[in-house]
Order: sequence, then C-alpha cells, then structure tokens
Amino acid sequence: MKKIKQLFAGVSFAALGLQSAHADYALNLMEGVTKVSHDIFDLHMLILWVCVFIGIAVFGTMFYSMYYHRKSKGHKAANFHENTTVEIIWTIIPTIILVAMAIPATKTMMELDNVQNSDMSIKVTGKQWYWDYEYLGTGVHYESHLDAMSEKTHRDGSDPHGVPHYLLNVDKPLVVPVGKKIRFVFTSADVIHSWWVPDLGWKKDANPGFINEAWTQVDKPGTYRGQCTELCGRDHGFMPIVVIAMEQGDYDKWVETTLAKQNEKPDLSDLSREQLMANGAAVYLKNCVSCHQIDGAGAPGDYPALRGSAKVNAGIDPLIGFLQAGTSKMPSFAKLKDNELAAVITYIRNAPELGNKVGDEIQPKAITPVYDDE
Amino acid sequence: MSAVTAEHGHDDHHDDHAHGPAKGWLRWIITTNHKDIGTLYLLFALAMFFVGGAMAMIIRAELFEPGMQFVDPKFFNSMTTMHALVMVFGAVMPAFVGLANWMIPMMIGAPDMALPRMNNMSFWLLVSGVLLLASTLFMEGGAPAGGWTLYPPLVLQTGKALPFAIFSVHLLGISSILGAINIVATILNMRAPAMPLMKMPMFVWTWLITGFLLIAIMPVFAGAVTMLLTDKFFHTSFFDAAGGGDPVLYQHIFWFFGHPEVYVMILPTFGVASTIIPVFARKPLFGYSSMVYATASIAFLSFIVWAHHMFTVGMPISGELYFMYATMLIAIPTGVKVFNWTATMWKGAMTFETPMLFSISFVVLFTLGGFTGLMMAVAPVDFQYHDTYFIVAHFHYTLVPASVFILMAAGYYWMPKWTGHMYNEKIGQLHFWLSAISVNILFFPQHFLGLAGMPRRIPDYAIQFADWNMISSIGGFIFGASQLLFLWIVVDTIKGGTGEKVSNEVWEDAHKHGLEWTLPSPPPYHTFSTPPAVIPCDHD
Amino acid sequence: MNDDVKVKNKKLGQKLAIIAVAMFGFGYALVPLYDVLCEWKWIERDRPDAIKAIPETAYTVDVNRNVNVEFMTSLNENTPMIFSSEMPQLLVHPGEYHTINFYAENKTDKTMVARAIPSFSPALTSTYFEKVECFCFSEQIFAPHEKKIMPMRFVVNPALPPDYETITLSYTFFDNTETAVKK
Repeated sequence: MKKIKQLFAGVSFAALGLQSAHADYALNLMEGVTKVSHDIFDLHMLILWVCVFIGIAVFGTMFYSMYYHRKSKGHKAANFHENTTVEIIWTIIPTIILVAMAIPATKTMMELDNVQNSDMSIKVTGKQWYWDYEYLGTGVHYESHLDAMSEKTHRDGSDPHGVPHYLLNVDKPLVVPVGKKIRFVFTSADVIHSWWVPDLGWKKDANPGFINEAWTQVDKPGTYRGQCTELCGRDHGFMPIVVIAMEQGDYDKWVETTLAKQNEKPDLSDLSREQLMANGAAVYLKNCVSCHQIDGAGAPGDYPALRGSAKVNAGIDPLIGFLQAGTSKMPSFAKLKDNELAAVITYIRNAPELGNKVGDEIQPKAITPVYDDE
Repeated sequence: MSAVTAEHGHDDHHDDHAHGPAKGWLRWIITTNHKDIGTLYLLFALAMFFVGGAMAMIIRAELFEPGMQFVDPKFFNSMTTMHALVMVFGAVMPAFVGLANWMIPMMIGAPDMALPRMNNMSFWLLVSGVLLLASTLFMEGGAPAGGWTLYPPLVLQTGKALPFAIFSVHLLGISSILGAINIVATILNMRAPAMPLMKMPMFVWTWLITGFLLIAIMPVFAGAVTMLLTDKFFHTSFFDAAGGGDPVLYQHIFWFFGHPEVYVMILPTFGVASTIIPVFARKPLFGYSSMVYATASIAFLSFIVWAHHMFTVGMPISGELYFMYATMLIAIPTGVKVFNWTATMWKGAMTFETPMLFSISFVVLFTLGGFTGLMMAVAPVDFQYHDTYFIVAHFHYTLVPASVFILMAAGYYWMPKWTGHMYNEKIGQLHFWLSAISVNILFFPQHFLGLAGMPRRIPDYAIQFADWNMISSIGGFIFGASQLLFLWIVVDTIKGGTGEKVSNEVWEDAHKHGLEWTLPSPPPYHTFSTPPAVIPCDHD
Repeated sequence: MNDDVKVKNKKLGQKLAIIAVAMFGFGYALVPLYDVLCEWKWIERDRPDAIKAIPETAYTVDVNRNVNVEFMTSLNENTPMIFSSEMPQLLVHPGEYHTINFYAENKTDKTMVARAIPSFSPALTSTYFEKVECFCFSEQIFAPHEKKIMPMRFVVNPALPPDYETITLSYTFFDNTETAVKK
C-alpha cells in the first residue's frame, strides 16, 4: 500500500510540476550544498517553469482546438494557411525568452569556470573501476573502491534491500573541509570516466593523458554520494563516489590519522590459515573480482579464468613475481602490501569458491620483493 | 536473413495485380521497382524494430529491480550498445528510406527512383551490414559494449568483434549514402514538370534536406571509425594519447556526424506529420514556406552545435558558451514547426483516425522532448543532466513517441494505399492508446531518475531508484507487447484487412493533399510513366 | 524513364557521390583542423604548443608577480615505472627561466619505450608556458631497471593574462614498447 501511496503522491507532484518533499526518492534536481549547485538549481527551475508555461499555452490551444474544432461537432474547416504577423510574433517571443535564459546561464558558467585561487587541490584519477585520490602537497593518497557489502551483493546477485547505501558506498571516502575552495584535477589511467556528485552541482570527465579542472566549496558538513557517469566498461555501474565534508578541525585530524595509517609498516607476522583465507577473500573482492569474477571463471574473451589456471596452481614464486610485475594485460599489484599479497595468493590457490585446492599457504614474510616500490 | 525471408510470404498479394515483377522469391532479390524496395525496407525495419525492442526488454528486465538478476554487466553494456545501433541504423533510418522509396516517386509524379539498380544495392548492403553487426553478438569477447557512440579508448577494449563492428558501420554508411544520393537525385531530377520545388509535399522537402545531411555526415562517421580501426591495428594515433593523439578528438568528429544524424531521424518525421495533420484537420498546412525554411535552418544549425554533447569533457569557457548559445537557437525553428502544426489544427474539422492520433501525440510528446532538449542546451545545468537518465528520457521522447509514432502514423495512413485494404480501425485505436499511455509510463519516470542522480548505462542501481525503475519497466513491457498489435495489423491488412474496398483517395478529400491519392489503391506496379499534368497543392 | 533523364540522373548521382567522398576526406581534415581550433582556444587542449621546443629568449622578469606552477605526474595503466617530479610546485616570476628535474625508473627486466604526454590546466595557459628543453618532446628509451633524471627547462611568458595564478602541468607516461616493437 505504501508503494501505491508514494506512486500517487509522485504522479500528482509530477502533474503539478512541484518538488517532492518525499525523502525516499526525489522527483526534482537536487539543490545541492554549494553556491554553484544552488545557482544551477535556480537555473533549472527557471527553465522548467518557462517550459511549463509554453507547454500550457501550446497544448492548451491544441486541446481546445481538438475539442471544439471537430468534424463530429459539425465544425466547418476554415481555409487559412498563413499569417505573417502571427509567424513573426512566434519567432520573436521565443528569441526574447532565450536571451533572458542565456544571461543567468552565462553568469553561472563563468562562476563554474573560475578555478583559480583555490585553498587546496585534489588529484582524482579514474581507473577501471575505482577512483584514486591524491591530496596534492600533503602526501595523502589512497584508492576508493566500492564497499565490500555492495560488491558482494551485486556479484552474488542477491537481494540488495537492507545493504546500507547499496552501490553508493565506498571503503574510503573522499574527505574535504567545509568552507574551503577545493580544486579538483581529473585524469584517467585507462578509459574515460566522469566524476559526479549531484550535491556539488557538476560532473567532469577524466580523460587519459589529459587533465581537467573543477572546483567546489561545500557549505554544510555531511556525506554526499555520486557515481561514475561515463560508460567505462564492465563495472561502470560499480564505482561510486562518496564525499564527506567536515569542519576544518575534524579534517585536520583526519589528515593526521590517514597519514599515520598510510605510513604504518604492515604487520608481517604469521597468520593462521583461516585468517589468511579471510584476508585474502577481502583483497580478492576489492582488487581481482572485477575481471576474474566471484567464481574465478573470468570472462571468456576478455579475462582469463583463475579456476583451474596453471599459473595460479603451479609454483608460488613465479606467481608472486607475476602479481608484482604485471603484464601489458594485467596491472601490477606491487601496490599490495606483503601481508595482503600473501593472503590473496593463499586465497586464490585454495578457495573452494574459485575451484582451486592446492593445499598450501604462504606467509607475509615469504614475499620477496621483485623491486622496491619507493 | 531469416527475418527477411520470413516476411516474403506476406507480400504475395503483389503478384495478383502487378504486371511486370519477376515471378517467385527471386523478385524480391533482384527487384529495382521502388515499391518493391520500399516494401523490403519497411518490412526489414519492422523486423529490426522487434529485434532492437527485444534488447530493450532485456535491459528493462534487468533494471526491473535493484540487484543483478539476469545478465552479466558486460552483456548489459552490449545490449545498450546494440539496442541503439539496431534501432538507429536498422529500424528508424531504414523505415524512413522505405517510406521515401514508396512515396516520393508517387508524390512527385515520377515513374521510379532515379537510380533503380543502385536502390536495390542500398537495400542489400543494409541487410548485410545489420547481419554482420548482429553476428558480433556471437563472437569471442561479445558484441561492442562501449555505447553506440563507440568512444575510444573504451571501444578499443572490444574483443574479436571490433573490426567486424567497424566494417558493418562502413556497410551501413555506404547503404545510407547510396540511398540518400538516390533520393536527392530523384527529387531534383524526376519531378513532374508541373511541380516546382516550392510546391513539393513537405515529406519530399524534409527528405531532400535529410538526403543532403546524410551525404554530408555518413562519410565523416565512416572516417572516424576507420581511424579507430587504424589506431587499433595499424599503430596510428588519432585518438591515442600515447602517440600524441587525443581521445576527445574522436568525440568531436563523432558528434559532428552524430548531431546531424539525430536530425536525420527527426526531419522526415516532421515531413510525415506535416502531411497527415492537414488531411485530418481538413485544412491546408499552415505556413508551408516557413516550414521549409525552419527545416532547412534546423539542418544548418545541426552542423554547428555538436559539442553540446560534450559539455563535461573539459572545454574552455569560450567553447562552452558558443555551443550553448548555438544550441539554444535550435529552439526557434523547432518552435515555429510546433506552432504551425497547432495552427493547422486550429479551426479545422478534425477527425481522429489512428494516423491522426499518432500524429497529434507526436506533436505533444515531441514537444516534451524538445523542452528537455532546451533545458540541456543550457551548459551549466547540463553539468547535472549529462549522462543521466534525464537524457535517456529526453532522446527517447524525441525518438519513440516522435519518430516511431510517426512511422506508425505513416503505416496506418498509407497502408490502405499500399495494399488496397483497409486496416482494422478498432485494433489500430487500441494499439494507439496502449502505446501512447505505456510510452509515458516507460519514459516519463526516467526524468525523475535522472534528476535524482541515476547515471545512464548502468546495469544495477541504488535502492532509492527502485520505484521509478519498476514503473518504467512495467511501462516498457506494456509498450513492447502493444507493438505486437501493430504486427498483427500489418499482417491482417496485407491479407485483406476489413475486406472493405478502399477508394483511390482512402481519406476524405485526400486527393487535395497529394498525388499518391489520385492513383488506384493499390497502385499498379508502374505508376506515372507519363508525368501528371496537374499537381494538387493546398498552399497557394 | 527516357535516356535523357537516365543520363541526367547518373551525372547528378556522380556529383553527389563526389561530395560524399570529399566528406570522407573532410572527416580526416578535422584532425589538423582540431589543432587549429585548439590554437584559437575555441574547443580544447594544449596540444600544439605543448610538444615543441621554443628557443630561449630574454624576457624582462616581472618580479612583482608570482605564478604557482604545479607539476603533476601520472602513469597510464600497466606502465611499470616510477615517475615523480623533483618538487610538487614552484613559485616563479614570469620571464624567469627554471629547470626542474623529473625522475623516472623502469621497473621491469626489459627495455622499455615510453612517452610522456603533457597536459595543462587551465588549457589556455599552455601558450604562455614555453619549454626550452623537455623529455616530453620525444619517446624515451629505458634499459631494464634504468633510472633517469630528466630535466625540463621552462619560462612563463610575462604576457600571461593576470587572472592566472596557478598553472598545472601534468605529464603522463605511456608504455609504448609494444607499438615501438611492431613498428
């Protein structure tokens, strides 16, 4: 019943062209939390109302005519087929309306374009299929992947109701201070992606080899969610964006703890087999599953299967080297810490869900670096 | 191939009355008769409409509920890509070429198309192109899954299918160019001497302009995909940053083709609407010459607005502003058209047979699509709308309840002429009402989804988008099923329809509106071997 | 159809076909045209100026003005390298020459051919960013595990419009070994 009520509410709101106050879903554009996003919202409403009024006038005339000028009502057809005055009027009026729309639009466009004088810069790199954030000049640099619960749910094809922020949640959100002008520099490491958080009011493409800029200044602390909006391959639908805006003090603390965590030496002590497998499953879900799939079957023609793969099931040392070096087809996973690498290797060789059963394990200390990652 | 051969049976009736066509199935392979080729085009387009529609049903089924239920994300991407390519190049464009083949010679008093043998070749190139495209579905790595725009670098990640997809685009391009050359040559050279350009029916006018558009843009698209091919296999670097190229350059070239391309699908639509509305309003078309000029200016503007598809790509502000202003200008000639249609209905004596119903709903729903188009022309706001379901709603409004509805209207309007049989009006009206209601249930909620933040081309979505997606899917299923009624009507009408004997002019006083209504229904295999001396013209 | 009309049709058909062929050529002509448009700054990009060396000229140094030049380094997918700049940013006076070093290292056991692609933001500043010397002008060959220090010498032209206070210069290294081998 609730659904039906919502539906009626929605339809009647739609008919009136009003904004819905309903929390579950929106009918109208989000107003957002920045000055620019408010300006964009106002422009949107302006044009929407212009369209509504023109629509009422045109369709009103049309429906009046359809009702009164029917043959079945005995209406006799007139025979006029031109009227220069009318034609000039309905060319000039739209022109005036367009000019009136173009003026505020130009202002907002110039505001959007003014990237200079920012307080801080964040480099955003789109990758298949996650985002990479680098806070320029601070050393904070991390990847932001779809959160594990959403990842698992969509891979399993299980029911997503009850998954918090299904497909709109990440493991490590982008954190920004409120009230500061933040400049974003976008690029991509592979195909074209596009970074969109509706509450900030814009999206920008991330092109491989090139940089693009945009800026924002968030007024209100909060969590704002968005998604990749340029088709970027198989998992385009699964690389969301989460921005958390916090007060400067909280932000400074966040930078401190993030840096500390980032520079922490990984714990290389031996782990139990269960622990290795559990950690390995998490690493696999974040880094491997997009291509090799949840059941290790790969994607025929695109990505090889791990299930029964000779490379996975043969000697450990070549496998470590392979994962660290990468190939022209597979990225290097030197970015994984030794404990993560050990866990994921143990996992892919032994996970029943991947159909492999070598029966061994590898401990973090046994990982020898192929080369140093400075 | 099967789709084509299956339809052959329906057309046996032609043999009853025609003198001249080859006997048996060979007739349909070797025919150079504009009516035969028109029929082939139309039936092929109808078959592809159902193929593309089936893909849409797969998409809507996966999106019925949040969560991944039926298909793999890559296959979902292939479906969105192939749905678009099949609908654009296999259904809508061929359907209009089919209409042009059937109607233009009859409308301008010509015996046939200007280049009849090339006409046959265009059709069979189209069939080969579409079949080749469809075959990529069964190749290793799957069909292209990078969107119908084939943006690099993503499209270069396609598996074995890439060269085949590109070659099929070449075939489709050549087919369209040959078709367009033929149509332009027919219109310019073959008109009855009594018909000057400014007395041509609007449908002929819109096709003349569309023909020039096609000749200008299809080669550019062919060039762009050839560059993709050489980038992939012959180490050129047109779009590869690694070699000094730029992936954004592809987008510029593509949309230089792509924007006029969308008008290729809408200009003939305007022509048909301008043909049908006056007949059922029993009034001449209002503002004939302004209609011609509006069409020409829309065609001209289409060449200088392409980058409004790329507002978020990172252009300097001067470019953004220029493309925004230029795009907003399109609203003026488009507005003129809508006002003219309204004025044509004003003070008419209207009746609402199926063709008129489809035409009126075209005017209303196309205008809705036009409104959202205007909204998206405004660059800063497009930063929000771009690549969301809002644009999916926008272009489907301009393509489904506009182009497709007008194709339906044209089918109902001319089917009695083509077959000599009347279609079943009751079923026709049922088809209309089901389509018109369900198409809005299908596409209207997508505006809300886009505004609320749902990107396009995603196989799964957050829970807050669930309600409108479910409603949209339900609308989609009803719309899809309703089209089976049209299929039934086509088959039924070919077989004899209501059994009612149709007159030459079929619709009341239609002879005032076009030469085709002075011919018998169905027209003989060869018509206007000598040009008609008197041209009906309702606008002077 | 009489023969006159047939000839007329054929001729018109040929003319239209020539237009079509010319438009195919026009598609290709859009490639250089794009660079021209870029120079006009109507569409995009920094391509034309970014990859050519400009001879060192003596500018008057504008000591009253500071321009913040940011250096950004990226690697395209599957480019097994380490790549960084000597410093993340540098405050310069327009007209003053500076040399900044970039470090790159081949992490593989194989010889690698790689190319650094420059990009500017705001794109319009590329015209005013003049490079005398740069590793980005040509492909770089790296021996296995080779480490390179690559200098880039530049000046910001004092004609840079006053609204620009920050210029971001990005280099992305692309591994071109495969294409280089095939060529």
